[in-house]
Amino acid sequence: MSTISSPFEVGDARPSGSRPFLDVNDLHVHFSTEDGLVKSVDGISFQLERGQTLGIVGESGSGKSVTSLSLLGLHKKADRKGRGGARMTGEIWLDGEELVSADEAKLRALRGNKMAMIFQDPLSAMHPFYTVGDQLIEAYRVHHKVSKSEGRKRAIEMLDRVGIPQPNSRVDDYPHQFSGGMRQRAMIAMSLMCDPQLLIADEPTTALDVTVQAQILDLMRDLQREFNSALIIITHDLGVVAELADDIMVMYGGKAVEYGPAKTVFTAPEHPYTWGLLTSMPRLDRPVQDRLAPIPGNPPSMINVPSGCAFNPRCGFVAQNGGRCSGEVPELLQTTSSGRRHLVRCHLPVDVRQRTFNEEIRTLL
Amino acid sequence: MLTFIVRRLIAAVGLLLVVALITYCIFYELPQWAGMTVDNLASEFVGKSQNQDALNGVIDRFHFNQPFFVQYYDYVKAILVGDTYSDGTQLIHCNAPCFGYSFRNSEQVWPTLLDRFPVTFSLAIGAAVLWLIFGLAIGVISAVRKGSILDRSVMIVALLGVALPVYFVGPLIWMLDGFPAVSYSSFLSNPLSWAQALWIPWVALAFGYAAIYARMTRAGMLDALGEDFVRTARAKGLSNTRVILRHGLRAAIMPIVTMFGMDVGALLGGAVLVESVFSLPGIGYLAINSLGQSDLPMIMGVTLMAAFFVIIANLVVDVLYASLDPRVRMS
Amino acid sequence: MSTDNYSSATVADAGRAASGAASEPLLSATGVQMHFPIRRGLLRRTVGAVRAVDGVDFEVRPGETLGLVGESGCGKSTTGRLLTRLLEPTGGTVKFEGRDITHMKPGELRPLRRDIQMVFQDPQSSLNPRHTIGSIVGAPFEIQGIKSPNGTKRAVQDLLALVGLSPEHYNRYPHEFSGGQRQRIGIARALALKPKLVVADEPVSALDVSIQAQVVNLFEDLQAELGLAYVFIAHDLSVVRHISDRVAVMYLGKIVEIANRDDLYSSARHPYTQALLSAVPIPDPDRKGEEAKRERILLTGDVPSPINPPSGCRFRTRCWKAQEICSTQEPPLVQLTSGPRPTGADHKVACHFPD
Repeated sequence: MSTISSPFEVGDARPSGSRPFLDVNDLHVHFSTEDGLVKSVDGISFQLERGQTLGIVGESGSGKSVTSLSLLGLHKKADRKGRGGARMTGEIWLDGEELVSADEAKLRALRGNKMAMIFQDPLSAMHPFYTVGDQLIEAYRVHHKVSKSEGRKRAIEMLDRVGIPQPNSRVDDYPHQFSGGMRQRAMIAMSLMCDPQLLIADEPTTALDVTVQAQILDLMRDLQREFNSALIIITHDLGVVAELADDIMVMYGGKAVEYGPAKTVFTAPEHPYTWGLLTSMPRLDRPVQDRLAPIPGNPPSMINVPSGCAFNPRCGFVAQNGGRCSGEVPELLQTTSSGRRHLVRCHLPVDVRQRTFNEEIRTLL
Repeated sequence: MLTFIVRRLIAAVGLLLVVALITYCIFYELPQWAGMTVDNLASEFVGKSQNQDALNGVIDRFHFNQPFFVQYYDYVKAILVGDTYSDGTQLIHCNAPCFGYSFRNSEQVWPTLLDRFPVTFSLAIGAAVLWLIFGLAIGVISAVRKGSILDRSVMIVALLGVALPVYFVGPLIWMLDGFPAVSYSSFLSNPLSWAQALWIPWVALAFGYAAIYARMTRAGMLDALGEDFVRTARAKGLSNTRVILRHGLRAAIMPIVTMFGMDVGALLGGAVLVESVFSLPGIGYLAINSLGQSDLPMIMGVTLMAAFFVIIANLVVDVLYASLDPRVRMS
Repeated sequence: MSTDNYSSATVADAGRAASGAASEPLLSATGVQMHFPIRRGLLRRTVGAVRAVDGVDFEVRPGETLGLVGESGCGKSTTGRLLTRLLEPTGGTVKFEGRDITHMKPGELRPLRRDIQMVFQDPQSSLNPRHTIGSIVGAPFEIQGIKSPNGTKRAVQDLLALVGLSPEHYNRYPHEFSGGQRQRIGIARALALKPKLVVADEPVSALDVSIQAQVVNLFEDLQAELGLAYVFIAHDLSVVRHISDRVAVMYLGKIVEIANRDDLYSSARHPYTQALLSAVPIPDPDRKGEEAKRERILLTGDVPSPINPPSGCRFRTRCWKAQEICSTQEPPLVQLTSGPRPTGADHKVACHFPD
């Protein structure tokens, strides 16, 4: 799997020889279940520097959330026979430390400290029986030997920073007393308690109303700049990634199918699945279309991933490739020789893909 | 919160009155509807000395020849202000709360209940502590090690605990201990022999409950450990123990608190089987004896006492629930 | 407009063509209110009310799609339930084809259930897991005591085919289907009795993006084929724009703006509508970051409680244009006739200072 490298421009950003801040290499996360082996994440690689944002896009079952949890080592580990949990292989390098082989104590010291996570639904992600303050203080005191009152000071400071009015009194409220937007702000404050350098946000605005979503996206952008953290945002909403991400990785059936700078993925996508995602959603910045162009069929079941390219049963371009699409898994390869890295996992020849996009797909957007 | 408690207390009193009405109806009215004459019924109350004076005393005492609601009113009134009546030979004054007089055994109901209650209380509380500790601990460990050999074997034992009746488990433990001769003595007079007399009944009683609690705790913990907020707690870098106890168990414990309150409340009204097996002179033992003798006033007293504890336990559980769950507290 | 011949596409066309102001509305809501009482204290006295829907006026014309948008808690779902009479309004009137259905009793409502149907958000919880698809979709026939010419089974299989499922699915159970397919089943059930109006409450929100588009297309195809009118309730402004002929925007139990789709999206006049539209993230990385922020109207604070809504205009507490009058006088929902930019008859705004 050495075909994959950073989507940044060659020689860009970092001294040669050193690893990127986050370097995920050929990560597999497999679960063995009663119905068979589920390859939720099946060989993905990506890189991320501090101050940069990676958007991971995909539908349910694409493996995007499993990826995020595996970065923090939050999957229950399988026993020696590979049962009852996740079997992880590959490498995750965070700031020079390898995490897949790391023991629980080491991971625990990093979790919530150097890397933190923002979850989708803040109502269920916060404990209903403890005050917001208690939960924030706890997050701080796990990693810092400070008194409760110092922890409380920090909690109030962070609540204030994420824009919660009257943090002095709200710190003693319970999560259910917050509105949805305020709760997500509190969740973000909790994730920032220990100044994490890597922040992973799993569908951070999906449960929120659109005006609140706008506030939260702005907040995340500002905070990232202020803390210079690396940000991974996982979502199904292409609008949200477009707002935040520098790079985008599109996942399907546990694999990355397209990976490149956000601008390229949006303006010159080359994978038929990415095309489908873009054409199936109505857009406010375009004239109303007569009809949407959906992707036919359903996302694959993870028990029974189609052979060959996982997308082939739903792909409209299979016929042009003979039996290859259903027989052989395509590799994730650099598409053109231009300076920017742009990786696509598709059997269609590059020129066909580019021509198809320009002639058939672009007009549908 | 205060209005909540007041409202519930008022409801509790109303409920007790209804329970009293129904039991009164069953014991004193149904037989008459079924064709018993007033004299037949009265003779049920009088011991061996069947004479017309005694019968008349009983009839007069219970106003059997008056309308039903007058009878019931007098019964409730006696509880509140006391009563004086004759057993045929002498006048007896019964102070409030007067639950009546057992003509069979020539004793007042209320002092008898008070006399028996410490036994039942000791038995219930001791067993409750045991089963709560073991039930929770086993349930938590089983949930955390779900699917392990430990989990599976413990759950088989728990299944036995649920399935085996206490009159099998009790004598079994007693036998294993070599049938020690025990007799109850008060905690206040001799704590050591108190515990010696009670430990086998405690274990016997707690075994079945612990099994149920372990299974409930395990199920609740498995649910709680799958919750998003437990994942959040892990993501904060908390230790496993802290995640399990402070975040998981805290959420899983709510239904167990409810059940615990109800179970203890029900036991305080008499642990009939265990008390009978070990001949412990508690409320339950009293209930069985009274039933055997058709000692209706005593049965009424025991029933009302049991109902009282169940209702009070309900109230305590509701208040406890509100204090444990901020979402209930606030609304 | 009443006809029994639903399979004719011309009905739909006629419906659309006649959807000018002159045509008889299929459904009309006038001053419709839903106040849920709040009880407190020892005697459970009513101490207030959640004013979930607080006087909304609109009509639905035959064959058209009315989009109903707004954020959570604005009362759009409650409105949907009032229109289908799953809830009984506490005020105002709802008329269907000229008949007052506001306070009809369950028995009187039964024939109405043939004409008005509802599709729910969560296809998982709205289908009974123990029933086969055949009995779920066939239930309306049974409840209404309707005999189909070729038997109920045949009718159900035709419906399954209509919504893009296979007739062989008749004997399967809901859990065997994906989310998108389950939503198709919900739609088939709603269509069983050939309704004239379908109220769809967030019908595509729980679905994956690629599946969403399939279901949206299905809604459009069915409308063209059967001449249905839709009330399409959703929070996704892009989907509503795509599917609707007219759109009503709700805020805190009130309609703040209602207009033809294009008017509303190209020249929204109410500040709330403008803020709402500007907040939708656009999948265009060129507009990323600072740029998007500049074009965006950021609302501050939270939606006030519907138990105690602000006096006058309900949006004033978050509105950058609010003045004295906004707190004392409630702006009526009216067509703008004076001012620099009057609106058409179909475009009504409830604002003292419309753009």
